[in-house]
Amino acid sequence: MTSVLQVSIRKTLAPAFTLDVSFSAPAGITMLFGPSGAGKTTLLDCIVGLLDPDRGRIAIGETLFDSGKRINTPVAQRHIGYVFQSLALFPHLSVEGNVGYGLDRLSSDERARRISAILDAFHIEQLRHRRPDAISGGERQRVALARALVTDPCLLLLDEPLSALDAAVKKSIMDDLRAWNDSHRIPILYVTHSREELFALGERVIALEQGRVVAQGDPHQVLSAPRQETVAQFAGFENIFDATVTAVHEQSGTMTCRVGASTDLEIPLGHGSVGDKIRVAIRAGDILLAISEPHGLSARNCLPGRVISLARRDYLVVARVDCGAEFEVHVTPGAEQSLKLKAGAKVWLVIKTHSCHLVR
Amino acid sequence: MILYDGRVNWQAFALTARLALFVSAVLLVIGLPLAYWITFSRWRWKFLLEALVSLPLVLPPTVLGYYLLVLFGNQTAFGRWYQSLTGHTLAFTFQGLVIGSVLYSLPFAVQPFAASFAAVDVKLLAASATLGASGWRTFWRVIVPLSVPGLITGVALSFAHTVGEFGVVLMIGGNIPGVTRTVSIDIYDAVQAADFTAAAHTALVLLVFSFVVLSLVYALNRRVWAVWPFK
Repeated sequence: MTSVLQVSIRKTLAPAFTLDVSFSAPAGITMLFGPSGAGKTTLLDCIVGLLDPDRGRIAIGETLFDSGKRINTPVAQRHIGYVFQSLALFPHLSVEGNVGYGLDRLSSDERARRISAILDAFHIEQLRHRRPDAISGGERQRVALARALVTDPCLLLLDEPLSALDAAVKKSIMDDLRAWNDSHRIPILYVTHSREELFALGERVIALEQGRVVAQGDPHQVLSAPRQETVAQFAGFENIFDATVTAVHEQSGTMTCRVGASTDLEIPLGHGSVGDKIRVAIRAGDILLAISEPHGLSARNCLPGRVISLARRDYLVVARVDCGAEFEVHVTPGAEQSLKLKAGAKVWLVIKTHSCHLVR
Repeated sequence: MILYDGRVNWQAFALTARLALFVSAVLLVIGLPLAYWITFSRWRWKFLLEALVSLPLVLPPTVLGYYLLVLFGNQTAFGRWYQSLTGHTLAFTFQGLVIGSVLYSLPFAVQPFAASFAAVDVKLLAASATLGASGWRTFWRVIVPLSVPGLITGVALSFAHTVGEFGVVLMIGGNIPGVTRTVSIDIYDAVQAADFTAAAHTALVLLVFSFVVLSLVYALNRRVWAVWPFK
């Protein structure tokens, strides 16, 4: 039986911070992201029952919390797997002891069978008798996942579980988690800061900021057209500008806004009227760079400027260009060579209207 | 007969060891729930109980001994109840001595227990709960195993403190050979009787014995260096 997690709660933690969210998460992986202090861990703590919301309702199949009906199921009876950011493995128990901790109500045969199956699924069979302090970070991560999943929870909460691991280990753990999730369809809430994890694992995304859900949907939907600054920063929009709307062109579906002292940008029409303060986000990779003034382009924005600096980053050259406002532009090393780019060179930046994203 | 011929009074040693073992065992049993409650309760008046448990640290033993004498006497319901049950008062008995020593050594057990409980990572307790464990199971499977150094320290300190006790024993135990005459009383008596050889021998044996016991405990428990429980 698969159930949908339904959450609609409010919790005031400090006079200046209230968590006030309402969402549902079906079976599959739902990524939860937002800046630190957005309330992600608080939200997980409320769902698992370590914190009591001031009011609202949490249900997955059955109701776990309902302030109106005075329902508040104790943590131990919620059947929710929780992998803490610190993992919280029991340091005095072996890997086997940790994984079997939640299975004390089973017969010893059944317990041994379940432990072996999950140790196999997460490739940690050989660590069975080791203590948590005698295994690597990635292995500890696998043990924590196995310990939570072996109890057959009706929901799994993961608090930045892979943030400290290198890419190869991360990928292989993500593969195992995805394989497990294919055969056990339960809702998984996964807190992350990493785009890589977001695209590799996420079927849905919920963006949280200052205790509120600011965007949700599938990862490409949320990230390719960010309407929130949090999402924009997260999705890799290197250029985020404060701007003022100077003209609205209803019939052409665009607006003109002023960035910095004298730079005008044409952006897609959004909510706003002349004089409104807005923010515009542009990916560094969406900007074209030219060394002579281009003509006959469909792109509406063509800004003259000067290169401030060039820096090589892996297979990428990061150019900083002053066009009245400072832009970050990414070009390939080949382009840098053939254009003979140098600091101080005169250049033009070409930006399509629809590469400019209005964010809140 | 008490021998003041320069030999050590082994009977007093046997009695002292028996008393200290009893007291540390009783303190382990009542100290665990008490320390658990002090550590995890959210009762607003909890500090009153914490202060009460720590009282023996500041009160002269004679004050505690005096109140125990009053409690054991037939002026109180407890004293009368005990007398009607056994035919005699608790004062000047081994049982009375155990009760007095338990109260007197209470902070030396409870404080290290509570400190080690409080040092257990709360995330581990939360993890235990999310895995379906009751508070009882969490206590025995997580809190106690991770508090072993503190438990050993508490038991060792209450044992040592009971061995070194004088004032309370003098007040409520008197000086009955084999019943309430502990080593510290024995040494005091020897000095009073100007038998300095006996006093010197007994004192030396007690010194060596105490040092050996504490060394063993700390050797087995190297992570805990503090003899003083209130770090």
